[in-house]
Amino acid sequence: MSSPTTIIGLEVHVQLQTQSKIFCGCSSAYNPTHPNAQTCPVCLGLPGSLPVMNRRAFELGVKTAIALNCDIAPFTKWDRKQYYYPDLPKGYQISQFDLPFSDDGFLEIDAPGDSGEKRRIGIIRAHLEEDAGKNMHDESGRGTDSQVDLNRAGTPLLEIVSQPDLRSPAEAKAYLEELKLLLTYLEVSDCNMQEGSLRCDANVNLHMEAEDGQKIATPIVEVKNLNSFRNVELALEYEVKRQLEQWQKTGQTLGEVAKETRGFDAARGVTFAQRGKEEASDYRYFPDPDLVPVTVSSAFLDQVRESLCEFPADRRKRMAVAYQLSDYDVRVIVDQGRAFANYFEEVAKLCSDGKQASNWVTQDVLREMNERRLTIDEFPIRAAVLGNLLERITKKQVTIKSAREVFVELLSELHSRTPISAHHIDQIIAEKGLALVTDTGELERVIGEVIAKNPKAVADFQSGKQAAVGALIGQVMKSVKGADPQKVRELVVAKLRG
Amino acid sequence: MPAQLTRADVLKVARLARLKLTDAELDDCTVKLGKILDYVASLNEINTDEVEPMVHAVELSNVFRDDAVQPSLPQTAALANAPKSDGRFFLVPQILEGA
Repeated sequence: MSSPTTIIGLEVHVQLQTQSKIFCGCSSAYNPTHPNAQTCPVCLGLPGSLPVMNRRAFELGVKTAIALNCDIAPFTKWDRKQYYYPDLPKGYQISQFDLPFSDDGFLEIDAPGDSGEKRRIGIIRAHLEEDAGKNMHDESGRGTDSQVDLNRAGTPLLEIVSQPDLRSPAEAKAYLEELKLLLTYLEVSDCNMQEGSLRCDANVNLHMEAEDGQKIATPIVEVKNLNSFRNVELALEYEVKRQLEQWQKTGQTLGEVAKETRGFDAARGVTFAQRGKEEASDYRYFPDPDLVPVTVSSAFLDQVRESLCEFPADRRKRMAVAYQLSDYDVRVIVDQGRAFANYFEEVAKLCSDGKQASNWVTQDVLREMNERRLTIDEFPIRAAVLGNLLERITKKQVTIKSAREVFVELLSELHSRTPISAHHIDQIIAEKGLALVTDTGELERVIGEVIAKNPKAVADFQSGKQAAVGALIGQVMKSVKGADPQKVRELVVAKLRG
Repeated sequence: MPAQLTRADVLKVARLARLKLTDAELDDCTVKLGKILDYVASLNEINTDEVEPMVHAVELSNVFRDDAVQPSLPQTAALANAPKSDGRFFLVPQILEGA
């Protein structure tokens, strides 16, 4: 028996960032505190109402599909997918069946680990559909009614279906992270998983080869409604183990049992069988007669292409070259999102030192942002100010150590409410005497004093104890705060050697 | 010619549409729906080799609306036709998930 290969395909539903719903003018804002306050005859499914396609939703869908290297269909239409569920007031969902607006794309990701290997994950299709409402169940087990909120019903969704090209739970997570990053760079979705803006279903099974060369596949399981990337990974890890054990116990293979739908219990870390929707696959799709088809012109496609930004993968490549950064540094910066990468680039340009800017942005800025729970847009030291501070390092006006002192001091003035400017940097440098002393006359004077006051250290050094010089340097640095330690060392050693 | 509509087919469609039919109704529907299908099947006699498949009955395309928020119904109006409501939500018999 060969060791099993894990086969994973993901279906991602992402809410598009529109103002209004996909087929009516109700607000698509997340509003759980006012249930059923964002509905109208269209999204309530009342008789006689007529859905009309939201142009923006269509554009955002096409934008994403282009970024996912999909072919855009010249002709597309909407279909009714029919099933009964309390959160679906019309008794059908408007979706796309046989003529989705896009198909056959891919997303390139870095394989998990440090191999540097790229993996191309196929995208079967991306299509538009409307979201259902939200059901809330009584968890007490007393059998009280379930509550239905239809605010979400009719929110535009883009469903992105991957090929079963993912080979491990970690790779599935890496795919989701890269996809989310791309969607946020494109500003097509906020991808807020807590609010349900991004949801994931995972299809998984195992492929093995028996000793006689016979190929074996375990039955495919769909794990539904995974609400975090970590849970996707955990649920899949659990499924891999469970399916192998199940196969060893029953010998059941693909095709012998129906595809199973399972949920994930994050608290216990296990997947569990869900009662299958009766004849769930019989959705009896047919073209929605209320919605007309869409033909896509090349002018429209050009217009959407023009609205595209630089994709994260391209940005990593460009920034690594432009600022001479390691793959690791570039990944940290780009993966923080578009605003963060913009911040970095502004700082790097101002100080003309990409590596310096990267060190500060990925360490000092990121640490302070996380501690203060701020986004980069809220961070009080703006790129222009940090760039100004780091430029002083480049120009040898302050040491890196002094610049850190200024940085901390700038943040401690947070309460002053005035926007932090380069003027504050000047003030702090003046107050703390942090200006790099380039006047060697002043330095030599202080060094002379320190040597005169420390005959023992001088004697130690001259008898061969190199370390003794450290104490002398320390004392010089204490008196002349902005001194460059390298320069001080040179001068002290030169003086001692006479 | 398509296969003859069976009683089992009608039963399945009725179940999917949440319709409860008596035995007599089932028999009746099987005959009547069968006749309708036979009638429509006469279209199969036409040669359509040269005809583009039709995906929509309306010869319109690209009807869009702008992404602008319009007033919604007040909550009370939205819930007015609900068989059961608590004033904020539609209430439905308990949905069992994962049972």
